Amino acid sequence: MPDNLLKDPYNIIITGVGGQGNVMASKLLGNMLVGRGYYVTIGETFGASQRGGSVMSHMRISGKSIWSPQIPEHKADVIIAIEPVEGIRVLARYGNLTVKLLCNSHPVYPSSVIRGEAYYPSPEEIETSVRNMAPDTTFIDATGEAVSLGNPILAGVVLLGTLCGTGALPLNRKDFHESIANRLENQQVELNMKAFDTGFRLLKN
Amino acid sequence: MSYLTDNQNKDYLLMGNEAIARGALEGAVSVASGYPGTPSSEIIEALSSVAKERNLYVEWSINEKVALEVAAAASFAGLRAMCVMKQNGVNVASDFLLHLASSGTRGGMILVACDDPGALSSVNEGESRTFARLVEIPLLEPGDFQEAKDITKWAFELSEEIRNLVMIRSVTRMSHASGNVRYGQLPDTHARANFRFDGPLSDPETGPVVSMIVGASELQHGPQQEKIKKAAEIFEDCPFNTYEGPEKPELLIITSSACNLYTREAISLLDVKDRVGILKLATTWPLPPKLMKRHLSCTDRILVVEEVLPILEENIKILAAEMAHEIGPKTFYGKNAGNIPSIGELNPDIVASALSSILDVRYETGSERFAEEAMLLVETMAPVRGLTMCPGCPHRASLWSIHNALEMDGRKGFVCGDIGCYVAGVFPGGFNTVKTLHSMGSGSGIASGFGKFKQFGMDQPVVAVCGDSTFFHAAMPALANAIHHKSPFTLMILDNRGAAMTGFQPHPGTPVNAMGEETPSLDIAEICRAMGAKVEIRDPFDLEETQQTIHHLIEHQEGTKVLILRQACALSPERKDKPKYKMEVDEEVCLGENCGCNRFCTRIFACPGLLWDEEKGVSKINDIICVGCGVCADICPAGAIKREEVV
Repeated sequence: MPDNLLKDPYNIIITGVGGQGNVMASKLLGNMLVGRGYYVTIGETFGASQRGGSVMSHMRISGKSIWSPQIPEHKADVIIAIEPVEGIRVLARYGNLTVKLLCNSHPVYPSSVIRGEAYYPSPEEIETSVRNMAPDTTFIDATGEAVSLGNPILAGVVLLGTLCGTGALPLNRKDFHESIANRLENQQVELNMKAFDTGFRLLKN
Repeated sequence: MSYLTDNQNKDYLLMGNEAIARGALEGAVSVASGYPGTPSSEIIEALSSVAKERNLYVEWSINEKVALEVAAAASFAGLRAMCVMKQNGVNVASDFLLHLASSGTRGGMILVACDDPGALSSVNEGESRTFARLVEIPLLEPGDFQEAKDITKWAFELSEEIRNLVMIRSVTRMSHASGNVRYGQLPDTHARANFRFDGPLSDPETGPVVSMIVGASELQHGPQQEKIKKAAEIFEDCPFNTYEGPEKPELLIITSSACNLYTREAISLLDVKDRVGILKLATTWPLPPKLMKRHLSCTDRILVVEEVLPILEENIKILAAEMAHEIGPKTFYGKNAGNIPSIGELNPDIVASALSSILDVRYETGSERFAEEAMLLVETMAPVRGLTMCPGCPHRASLWSIHNALEMDGRKGFVCGDIGCYVAGVFPGGFNTVKTLHSMGSGSGIASGFGKFKQFGMDQPVVAVCGDSTFFHAAMPALANAIHHKSPFTLMILDNRGAAMTGFQPHPGTPVNAMGEETPSLDIAEICRAMGAKVEIRDPFDLEETQQTIHHLIEHQEGTKVLILRQACALSPERKDKPKYKMEVDEEVCLGENCGCNRFCTRIFACPGLLWDEEKGVSKINDIICVGCGVCADICPAGAIKREEVV
């Protein structure tokens, strides 16, 4: 087993709203890491709400063993939020001052907000308060990038590209390509690679 | 070829459910059946995807009881069989389950029950484990993903050794979690089926297979109990029961299933591995007495960590009481003592908190200031995501029309519901239309009762809703009952073409089966007509016609009526990524708050595909998630929402 993790176990949470490709993103990342020889444990929270409910994948990466499919409170090392308010929810329960947060800036409004019964914070409010809690935060318009590539579902892959760009994990473009090559059709592979590269580059700029 | 049938010497990342499916393949399963239900569905899906390649027969049955009967037939014919369901399904199958446990099995047979502690995607967190004791069959609970595979394979051998059904219980955090799994060999399968019945009734291998003979319990109940004793003996040396920790631990933790992983994490969080031992049990019923005695003898303090009810805890206490003169008195911690809650799912923090108080060790999750600020942040910045239906969901349109028709009728009519995505009908997202909600098909049975209370002065119109898969699963007997007893209610079958909530599994009304083969599809309307109901069929997206029809049906309370509201689920292969309309709000026409409609579109109808543009004070389409069903164009009183057919 390789042992070049920043911490063991290294804890990642991918969160968003049902239908945003949360589960697919965690599977892709998990397969890349198992391919690299790590132990990976993923716990998913989904089911009742195929679309529109909060979803969350807890991922544990270790050179030694399987871990609990639920991360203990305040022990996340990275949070990938495909939806900003879900990012806040996860940050509050699992975050800490040193957590790395990669946050899609595109909101998905809860029905209470659409009805006018609840308030959804402005992008500025979200950015200020989140940075205050987690200084190592990067906001990305992943959905915007995904839409310009032709499908909003690619937002998760854009964020995976960004994650790989941070160097937080021992993964590169080739690992991602291998992970999708045997699961998707050629045309889809190309599109996903574009999304990955977009995310990767966003951090560099 | 699927990765499930690979034979490479490397680690695979498998979902617990996939690991169970792989274990079944390594254990030479021939027949698998089940009824879909979260978190169990992926097991049958995985097996159906390799059915042809592995020469399996895989079936999504009409309900869990029939699924168990189909799998039992395979076992009687000498094949290895597996039956899969969620916890509530075991209740449905339980009548036959009791009989099957009594008659015994031939080919190795496993019942896999996936429980949902915390009811993350269920209407309750019922315990299927109690059934193992109730019907006297062995219970196995894998403690990680590798074990989920290995135990499944082993369970077939156990079943054949004791000649009875073996139950495997998984939980959401095992079934829907993933981890590394290393494969074993796939066997060559040349299974042949043959049902032998020529031998004497008393011969379990060659005679007829019958459950309890009236008044002769010694003939079957006696041998059945011998089987469970034999299982306990085998469990004494089961390689999946493991102990880790000091020889004489200060505290012995006995655990199983996903709780094994939480407990390990808790011990690591508190750094108490020199003080605490973990006995991880895979064989949780019957408990192997010698093994238990060895471990209980090593310490005076015992903590049991399990989900949800204290079932393992109570069984351990019975053994400890019987052995008290040999092992001495013990102090038990767990659910009965209040260290661990008896509701909801556990996690590492809950176990760590319990350990911290028992061992008097401090457990800090992080800085208190961070936690306080975080709490405030969630309260002010993170609006709750309530349960609602997807954009373009036909159930929203159906419930909208039912709600409006009942309101217009004005006699306090109501809807009896059951299990499906339309449970959202209880909440504002479904216009608070559904007023009773219980098990599969029970809305129809309850409505059949409500309809008969005219003699007691009850004149409220009664409506029941059920899904298409639910109709076949459990609503048909209720409908027959209502028609036979002339119960005047209207059953609305929300036919969205498949078991949508769990991932579009087929049912008897769909034209394909689990293995993708063409099958005759049973026509729900013709079945209802043949039973004697007056039947109408409408497209719920046609709001006006649907509401008029409902109005007519509930107006006169005579006879049992059926309205089929037929429209495919928005996520179905049939509709997904194929919008019928391009929707747009004409900002010139939308009068906003001045309209007098009280923001009908977003405040009342509230499809998530609609947004309210605060700046402009008008309604707006959320192009990213709108699926173009076109319904909102019909609810806007100003005619501001426009639909244009996509060609």
